[in-house]
Amino acid sequence: MWIYEKKLQYPVRVSTCNPKLAKYLIEQYGGADGELAAALRYLNQRYTIPDKVVGLLTDIGTEEFAHLEMIATMVYKLTKDATPDQLKEAGLDTHYVNHDNALFYHNAGGVPFTAAYIQAKGDPIADLYEDIAAEEKARATYQWIINMSDDPDLNDGLRFLREREIIHAQRFREAVELLKEERDRKKVF
Amino acid sequence: MFTTRKQYEPYVSPFDPCVPIRVKTYVTPPNLYIPFQPTNLPQFPLHEALRKGTLWKVFYDPYYGPYEAKKGDGA
Repeated sequence: MWIYEKKLQYPVRVSTCNPKLAKYLIEQYGGADGELAAALRYLNQRYTIPDKVVGLLTDIGTEEFAHLEMIATMVYKLTKDATPDQLKEAGLDTHYVNHDNALFYHNAGGVPFTAAYIQAKGDPIADLYEDIAAEEKARATYQWIINMSDDPDLNDGLRFLREREIIHAQRFREAVELLKEERDRKKVF
Repeated sequence: MFTTRKQYEPYVSPFDPCVPIRVKTYVTPPNLYIPFQPTNLPQFPLHEALRKGTLWKVFYDPYYGPYEAKKGDGA
């Protein structure tokens, strides 16, 4: 069960009307290394991971939905008042004819989301290593979006999200250390 | 001095069609250097931490793009 708080994890501000940025941001919405993929990946893997790291996957998976909501808000703000002409100019004409101004789970290239983006191998180390890789890939994606964006307010929110990827990667690495069960042991390999 | 921004110089051919980028950069975030977080690390004040995205100073590594003014450590 979840409890919903009707506020964003971090305030989303967008200072310029630039629907093109929405096209880039959608990568983190419905892309392979996006927030939806992350949330679904962790909240599914957690059933078959050792007890001591189940809570970590629940916490991070839940936070990913909060990130998804921030990305959705950014995309919505960038596109809600855009005319068909403006969307066309931003390269979103193909999105418009299929979805109008609605959001949809696809990546920046328009490829729809698929469960094939995520994996649950059942092997705890394999799954956690995938999770670490997913966080680093999401961090890199945020860097590339920040590189493409000239909107300081939007970048401020993206910087927050990127920082969270760093922390999540750290916690997944610590989860691996916990499962190795060699921490605090005075032992030389 | 330690930095999470690394550089390398790729091979440049005299026949490259585009103006070569002589120095390429990449990021090695702080989590790569800390296998398990030790106790009692320095913290940001709570309200600052909420904005920065982390409570822990050692993990704070903001990234700035080429189209915005750099505040502090950028890339």
